[in-house]
Amino acid sequence: MAYSVLSDGKTKAKATAAADRARRDPMRWVVLAILILLLAFTLFPFFLALLNAVKASAEYAVGGPLSIPRSIDLTAIEKFWTVSDFSRKLLNSVVISLAVSVLGVLISLFNAYAIGVGKVPGSRVILVIFLLGIMVPQESIIYPLYYMAKASGLYDTQLSVIIIFAVLQSAFGTYLLSTVLSTFPKEILEAAEMDGSTHWKTLWFVVVPVLRPTLMVLGTFFFIWTWNEFLIPLVMLVSNNNQTVSVAMGLTRGQNMSDPVLQASAAFLGIIPTVIFFLIFQRTLTRGIAAGAVK
Amino acid sequence: MAISSQRSSDGSRSYSLYLIPGAIGFILIVLIPQLANIGLSFTAWKGVGTPRPVGLQNYHRLLTDDQFWGSMYHTLLFIVSMTVIPVCIGLVLAALLFDYVRDQFGEWVSSFFRAGFYLPQILPVTVAGVLWGWILNPVGVINITLKAIGLDNLAQNWIGDATYALASVSLVIVWIQVGYCLVVFMAGLSRIDPSLYEAADLDGANWWSRLVTLTIPLLAPEIFVVVLTTLIAALKVFAPIFVITAGGPDNSTLVPSYLTYYHFFTTQRVGYAAAIAVVQTTLTIALAVIFLRFQSQQESKE
Repeated sequence: MAYSVLSDGKTKAKATAAADRARRDPMRWVVLAILILLLAFTLFPFFLALLNAVKASAEYAVGGPLSIPRSIDLTAIEKFWTVSDFSRKLLNSVVISLAVSVLGVLISLFNAYAIGVGKVPGSRVILVIFLLGIMVPQESIIYPLYYMAKASGLYDTQLSVIIIFAVLQSAFGTYLLSTVLSTFPKEILEAAEMDGSTHWKTLWFVVVPVLRPTLMVLGTFFFIWTWNEFLIPLVMLVSNNNQTVSVAMGLTRGQNMSDPVLQASAAFLGIIPTVIFFLIFQRTLTRGIAAGAVK
Repeated sequence: MAISSQRSSDGSRSYSLYLIPGAIGFILIVLIPQLANIGLSFTAWKGVGTPRPVGLQNYHRLLTDDQFWGSMYHTLLFIVSMTVIPVCIGLVLAALLFDYVRDQFGEWVSSFFRAGFYLPQILPVTVAGVLWGWILNPVGVINITLKAIGLDNLAQNWIGDATYALASVSLVIVWIQVGYCLVVFMAGLSRIDPSLYEAADLDGANWWSRLVTLTIPLLAPEIFVVVLTTLIAALKVFAPIFVITAGGPDNSTLVPSYLTYYHFFTTQRVGYAAAIAVVQTTLTIALAVIFLRFQSQQESKE
């Protein structure tokens, strides 16, 4: 390898090294085959849902779940869509998740501004309390929240769920943003102060523009996390008109869904939004989850 | 100028104004409910009227409640499917994709696999539940297929038979969890100096010995983080149980979260449910404190 560094520079050397190893290992196709098999097992349920959601019930009865549908039949999808009022559920999920992500990012930003930039006394303690607050099981706050919501008239409103998740998720956001903000260049902040900028203006015209990419990542997380939440929306949103996709899916078990094609359609419709988010945000998600876990 | 110096002198006070919305929210949504729940755990209450104080009676009853101990035992078993198996699979996959597939087939092939394995992780658990419920039920995909190929006697009631239900739910959980471990481990590997691997390579170390002597020790911080976060998650498993088995059959998949939910909203033994939640919370906080300690140690090392 050393000679190739001398002759052609680093990139070439790397390529050659890789090529060397590649040539060295005839096993690589075996490894790839095993990985493909594992991936196929992982993705097979998704594929099955798609395959059977577009199958006619009669064809399922004859050919079973593994047969390739002869023609695309959307009857079951349409049926589940109508029965579950899926457009309504989608709209509810979008409204709640979007509101939580905006409100949650805003609360996180304010908290982190005070902790990371303002170095408010006791910051570390505040942060630990916040984090412990979200790590505890939701069961331990659900009944009092349910009772409070009933007492305040917020029970069975989307607003109740929005407020609860905006607060719960801002704990992680505060943690992440105050870590980022504690390394924010002092000179920039001081320069802004010299120019007579208030804390409020500095936040919006100096800090936010720099943080924008991080805020977007955080908002994306909050959106998807809220979309996937189950217990609190299950308890808070009892009426059909207020429920989210996740709750509607969780309740299909109790309903009479003996038609397997209808079940496949339900799963398929539940999968679609996730796959769309995934295709749009794949990089953000896979990178960010790691940042969230380690940092 | 006088104004500005005054402002910076009580700077931290004006900064603390920004904590107000978060603090109010935290007090209302987390602190008061948490304290109320602890308070409720010392009472007998049906959800209406005034809670009747009963001291430690709920906790006392927990000690002899078979359902509760069963649910704790299942939590231990779910640690295997939430933590142990996904961490092992995740480590091997991460090392394979990072240290082998990337060299042999290029960056994008390795990214493609990572994305594919990650997909179940971001699916709402309830959707995963519907999907697997459809596959595992007595007339579901697996049994139809087994019968179609003549293996009728292998077909079982995967989620309706107490012998298999726990294993079936565990399989679903492993399916969900592997992606999380894989992604965190791969991110961890990317901060490791590649020259270490090249050196090991020149020494003639094969893939397995690189995994054991190099990858696992270097990934120790990530492994610790994943183990603790998934342990905490294992204590809170709820949605897959709610959707796939509802704790049954014969309580064979009952977990503390489901038991709490059941007593809060079905039997309405609110005080008793609160006591279970307090036990669960105490265990979680113990794990969380270890976690935070470790992280601040890591930070001070940096």
